[in-house]
Amino acid sequence: MKITYPYVGNSHIVIKNLLERFGNEVVVPPKPSKRTLSYGTQFAPEFACVPFKILLGTYIEALEMGADTIVSTGGVGPCRAGLYTTLQEEILKDLGYDFQMITLEPPGHYLKDLIAQIKKLINRKMSIREFWSIIRFVWEQLKLFDETELMSFKIRPLEIKKGETTRVYREMVDLIASAQTVKELREIRHEVNKRFENIEIKENYDPIKVGIVGEVYVVLEPFANLEIEETLGELGVYVERSMFLTHYTINNAVTDLFHIKGEKNVKKAAVPYFNEMCGGHGRESVGHTILYAKKGFDGVIHLSPFTCIPEIVAKSILPAVSKDYNISVLSISLDEQTGKAGLRTRLEAFVDLLDKKRQKFKERMA
Amino acid sequence: MKVGIPRALFYYSFYPMFKTFFEKLGVKTVVSSPTTKKVLDNGIKDTVTDACVPVKLYHGHVADLIGKVDFVFVPRLVCIDNEATFCPKFLGLPDMVTYSIDNLPPLITPRIDFRNGRLELLKVCYSIGRMFTKNVVKIFKAYQESIKSLKNYEQEFLEGKIPPLNIKKRLNSDINLGALGYPYMLYDQYLSLNLLKKLFDLGVSVTTPEMISREDKLKQAGKLKKTLFWHYSNGVIRTAFHMFENCNIDGIIHVTAFGCGPDFIVDKLLELEAKKRSVPFLTITLDEQTGEEGLKTRLEAFVDMLRLRRRLA
Repeated sequence: MKITYPYVGNSHIVIKNLLERFGNEVVVPPKPSKRTLSYGTQFAPEFACVPFKILLGTYIEALEMGADTIVSTGGVGPCRAGLYTTLQEEILKDLGYDFQMITLEPPGHYLKDLIAQIKKLINRKMSIREFWSIIRFVWEQLKLFDETELMSFKIRPLEIKKGETTRVYREMVDLIASAQTVKELREIRHEVNKRFENIEIKENYDPIKVGIVGEVYVVLEPFANLEIEETLGELGVYVERSMFLTHYTINNAVTDLFHIKGEKNVKKAAVPYFNEMCGGHGRESVGHTILYAKKGFDGVIHLSPFTCIPEIVAKSILPAVSKDYNISVLSISLDEQTGKAGLRTRLEAFVDLLDKKRQKFKERMA
Repeated sequence: MKVGIPRALFYYSFYPMFKTFFEKLGVKTVVSSPTTKKVLDNGIKDTVTDACVPVKLYHGHVADLIGKVDFVFVPRLVCIDNEATFCPKFLGLPDMVTYSIDNLPPLITPRIDFRNGRLELLKVCYSIGRMFTKNVVKIFKAYQESIKSLKNYEQEFLEGKIPPLNIKKRLNSDINLGALGYPYMLYDQYLSLNLLKKLFDLGVSVTTPEMISREDKLKQAGKLKKTLFWHYSNGVIRTAFHMFENCNIDGIIHVTAFGCGPDFIVDKLLELEAKKRSVPFLTITLDEQTGEEGLKTRLEAFVDMLRLRRRLA
């Protein structure tokens, strides 16, 4: 059994460790590229969203590399993503690939089914203690990835030499990927802190603060959002993201078991505008926008794949939020046609706008 | 007191029920005018560009009611069959309408979710009824009458009539075609560019999902690996399976809206299934730009092909 899985952010390294330690042979999916996307667009229906297309392309590439099993996550709707594996399996089988699809459904509704599927993925004997130590290691690794990324968001707008943070960040990702034990991870954490501290930064600079909200895949996967965080950071903007991998895992695997939907404070913030849980991260987008406004952010960027239903609902409501809370919102719809240069121009204009708004505010206060 | 009912989305599934209920309560109902270019343009102006045409149109119809009524009825349909919800856009509809259109009259937005228990509908009706009358018996009667009228309406479809378009299915025809799509696409004359009428004029016998009984659809439920999450989509896909197996059909036309979220899954599944069973399959995607002549040509070509195929077989 050669297993492959979707590629999201840095998670591919963690999932590889997890599956290998469970005694499986793993085909690490290649990083999404133009080729991935063109495979995806060719075989996916026209109105499928970008995440669907990238995943389909990734699966094709991995199957060509010899994988014979695909592991992915399901869902209970009403967001379409819960049905992606069903459709992707049909499309790939129609193309003539022979493989097995393992869909991990959220534990709240399908606990038995989930356990059965997970058992399929454990292909060697191990004690419960060993099982937990593996889980602990990958969890620590995932956490360290998120911490490193968070740190890069803080340092990048302040860097003096453009691009240095990104370079250090990439080195650190490779370093974390090479870790084998929890102890090593602890040492690497110190190293990460040290390296980021060594980057030369501007003093007395108060960067523009922008929050990023939206659909989970395009928020988390740099290929899908055209490395928007890097672009913004290099424009001197402090970026905060509403979602991280660890966060996402807890929200969808752990709290779902107890039938808790979404984060409480986000939900509470969104309720006056968004009364119904309508799948995906639509309500979270609205909730997070309000929370960012309350935290004094200058603006919010709302990312959504073209045709994403929950985000369309969110997008219709965001202008009202923007008016009530006096926070600027830029909605960006991403598809296979979006170009990086075009996006950059829009971001520059948005940041200029925020800067002017801040100056005006200061003048009025003075 | 007048309540406005927008002529879009679930209007085509539940209109007689809404109308009877309000009228039995002694409240006048006003339906927005049939779709025209102006109504659609108003809707497009108020909504975000990525929204699908039916949702844009719904906004247009709500806007059409401004100034004519005291309330607009925009229910939040969540679940009416205990297995699937509606499309997320339906779930967020009252919120979208509230924040997209200016100068709105007050909205009546009951949340209807049958998963809350058997008495859900009665409870919802009661809470709406109390807005207009204190007479509980009157509300209960209105509730009963409204359900009866819905049953009659559904029965008409099962008999092969299409009340919103005022036409009746052709029974003796050489070509037996399934026109699959959501009621708000198929039965809106302007949006569907009169697609059903065009097919009738071509001498084709057309079956729509509403003409297949609920029981027949449910029998097909196990055919899919995973039940779809959306009420109307399940209806469409189950109708397709039913027709593949029991109706000796010549072809399937899937009518969908540009950018329709659920339909990219439904459409691909239908396409793959039709391919497996070698049934000709045509997808018609409609949006605010579609031209009537182009559609006519495509339909004629498809029907001609089906006739040729039948002769050769």
